[in-house]
Amino acid sequence: MEVLTAISKVGIYVIFGVTLLGAMMAVTLRNIFHAALSLALTLIGVAAVFFVLRAEFLGAVQILLYVGGIMILVIFTVMLTTRIGDRTIPTSNHQQWPVLIGALLLLLYFVRMIGKTPWSIKSELAVVSAVQIGKSLVSTFIFPFELTAVILVAILIGTVILAKSDEGEEKS
Amino acid sequence: MIPLHHILFFSSTLFCIGLFGALSRRHVVGILISVEIMLNAANVNLVAFSRWTGLIPVNAQVFAIFIITLAAAAAAVALAIVLTIYRNRKTIYTNEIDLLKW
Repeated sequence: MEVLTAISKVGIYVIFGVTLLGAMMAVTLRNIFHAALSLALTLIGVAAVFFVLRAEFLGAVQILLYVGGIMILVIFTVMLTTRIGDRTIPTSNHQQWPVLIGALLLLLYFVRMIGKTPWSIKSELAVVSAVQIGKSLVSTFIFPFELTAVILVAILIGTVILAKSDEGEEKS
Repeated sequence: MIPLHHILFFSSTLFCIGLFGALSRRHVVGILISVEIMLNAANVNLVAFSRWTGLIPVNAQVFAIFIITLAAAAAAVALAIVLTIYRNRKTIYTNEIDLLKW
């Protein structure tokens, strides 16, 4: 049992490491298709973090929507548009090094601020069930909920109109 | 359970990686991938705060659900725009898409 306890303590850090590695690969790999696959690794890692934090519903939504939906969209777009693996084309613009330094400085600032802030941590950690989320969605957050429905319909129509090929107009 | 600090360090590192990618990629789909990473970092933060410090823990998770929904919708629109640009201009590199430059 002691082995299991030790593994469960180290496990979350392993998940962190894999997720961060996937993110780094997603932003630096030359081949954009490989970058999309690394993004899938990152998203699954974040879903695992949700499960560890006892947000099971969010973890399931993350896997369904991100890994099942957005990943398919991204991979479709990559396959429809890019000349995959063309090594002569540079993948980053000329701002790479200044941006890297800026991001590292921002990270340093975040770490210092997180260390300085006195967090008021509760004595017992909260666990949120899917039932509570559902009730909150249709009572407290009913207005944003309905607004999201309107936005989704608008985006559905807009996406279809944007992406449909207008060959008929080109011929005339 | 691990302390709150470690989760926050993790999510801020994830955010900074996404920021680096969003500002340095030349490929439009690469920029989209980086933006998704940044949104995920925000979600991790929301869930961590809901577990450790929130007065009403449900609210943070509802916010995270809204973020996921709108991120999916935004990705769909952005990818449709990418497809349209590719069909019209035969390129998806940000420095070659100069329709709105004078």
